[in-house]
Amino acid sequence: MSSASAQVSTVRWLKRAAFAVLVVAVIYGLGALLESTAIEYVQRIVLLAGINVILAVGLNLINGTTGQFSIGHAGFMAVGAYAAAFFGTKLHPWLIGLLGAGACADALTFNLALCIGALFAGAAGLVVGIPTLRLRGDYLAVVTLGFGEIIRIVFNNARALGAATGYSGDDPAGLPAYTNFFWVYLWATLLVTGLAHLTFSQTGRSLTAIREDEIAAEAMAIPTTRLKVLAFTVSAATAGVAGGLFAHMQSGIRPEDFKFEKSIDMVVMIIVGGLGSISGAVVGGIFVAVTLEVMRDLSQYRLVLYALLLIIIMLVRPQGLFGARELPSVLRRLRGPRTKESS
Amino acid sequence: MSLLALERVNKRFGGLRALGDVSFVLESGQIFGLIGPNGAGKTTLFNVVTGVYRPDTGRVVFDGEDISGLRPAAVAARGIARTFQNIRLFRSLTVEENVMVAGHHMQQASLIGAVFRTQSHAKDELALRTRAHELLQIMGLSAFAGDVAGSLPYGSQRRLEIARALMLKPKLILLDEPAAGMNSQEADELKRQIRFLRDELKLSVLLVEHNMSVVMGVCDRIHVVDHGETIAEGTPEEVRRHPRVLAAYLGKESGESGRPARSSEA
Repeated sequence: MSSASAQVSTVRWLKRAAFAVLVVAVIYGLGALLESTAIEYVQRIVLLAGINVILAVGLNLINGTTGQFSIGHAGFMAVGAYAAAFFGTKLHPWLIGLLGAGACADALTFNLALCIGALFAGAAGLVVGIPTLRLRGDYLAVVTLGFGEIIRIVFNNARALGAATGYSGDDPAGLPAYTNFFWVYLWATLLVTGLAHLTFSQTGRSLTAIREDEIAAEAMAIPTTRLKVLAFTVSAATAGVAGGLFAHMQSGIRPEDFKFEKSIDMVVMIIVGGLGSISGAVVGGIFVAVTLEVMRDLSQYRLVLYALLLIIIMLVRPQGLFGARELPSVLRRLRGPRTKESS
Repeated sequence: MSLLALERVNKRFGGLRALGDVSFVLESGQIFGLIGPNGAGKTTLFNVVTGVYRPDTGRVVFDGEDISGLRPAAVAARGIARTFQNIRLFRSLTVEENVMVAGHHMQQASLIGAVFRTQSHAKDELALRTRAHELLQIMGLSAFAGDVAGSLPYGSQRRLEIARALMLKPKLILLDEPAAGMNSQEADELKRQIRFLRDELKLSVLLVEHNMSVVMGVCDRIHVVDHGETIAEGTPEEVRRHPRVLAAYLGKESGESGRPARSSEA
């Protein structure tokens, strides 16, 4: 009996491993295709879109699923970016000593740096989340906004990290450009899958319960404070990964990359996509990256048009593109329209 | 055996004394009714028992343990489940999910298990779902399992609140006006279900209700409060005839003997 179930479990894991290999291969292939055909400008937009997807899906966990409105996530992205850049710089010589110079040491450095970025951002989220998540609604939004700014101003004055001129590592050429299609989309796939699994589990249901009615959730023995802090921490850590990827896209990072506007961009992504929908967050992230780039030629009119576009979306579809739905349920609706109503 | 005991519980809001020295003992396996006119302190009492308010003085003892001042989640985890006077469902979740959520504190598998979809996580999910379906069946809601909770008719939403509370595997369930907004047919069905809780699920019930047909029909014992004070306690028969209860509900010696009892609005 137990050997039979062990066999089933082995088959299950083998299937999963095969699927994982397939996904990695597909991402690798797409990356190679993109790098050989598209110009650098387009490649950059695609990378930014991927990073936005990570940011949006992470923020959606706290703002959408749990209903606790944070508008200071640029701060956590900054923590992740600085931590990843700093530790990446320090780790690299050591890993070269261990593995020899080459792609292997680079990849390991990069991924370790991203994990460290996530860890630091998550820790910052925990520290900020414990006192602030007692607040609700507008108050929470104001306080998270304040914390986001505090984090940025700390970096603006941290001499060891370059203060206002920013941090670009020990190499005069700046931070290494590790970030490419493969790593961005591999991390995006992992994080979106992980967060989707989390959302569609008992924990995710409990988070939604907190959003829907905190008093009732409490009466159902759900540890609301702990879960809110958990969601906030996971969300901050996700932003940290995005920060690390962002840092290694350019030669250096500056505090002004993580201003209040960046937080607002993130909020826009999830609202355009539909609060509480992971599919929506993915689409919203891509949408913001592409729109902001396409309109770059309009220089100072860009933000006016951007705002207008948002107003139009809010008027036409206030619940966002997906509402709270996910892609599978939307597809089902499109395929068999109005079958439910007749029953 | 006494399951829940209130010992001289006091609660003030500023100058208003919401509860003054209220004491009672709820025996295990009882359906215990709590009645009184509007503003008598029934809901405050509920909130003191469930940990929403901390009593100013006095103790709440549940199953031999002093629970006064514990947080609501801690009280719920010890086996006191409740429903709400103004329905508080998780409206955007499905009926089934509403019930499953209340199994949170019993869940074994970790967060990591959920993220990586391990087998023990799948087993946990299945166990939660199976139990949720049993409870929905008991409350006659199986047909709605996949519907969004906010779309249910009023009476069904009230019954869903009971199903959700049962998911906590409570020893005591507090029902705050479960018959409000139900027609007489639905109320009869509710009576049957409340008895089922006691007889089949071996639960004790603390019931606040204005519908006198329900209160008198199911309660083993009734405690009457007015202006935050106990005015009577006894069996439904005793309470019905008690002079102070009549006075509280009908007014004192007004001489209008022909006036019908205001049971529906009191």
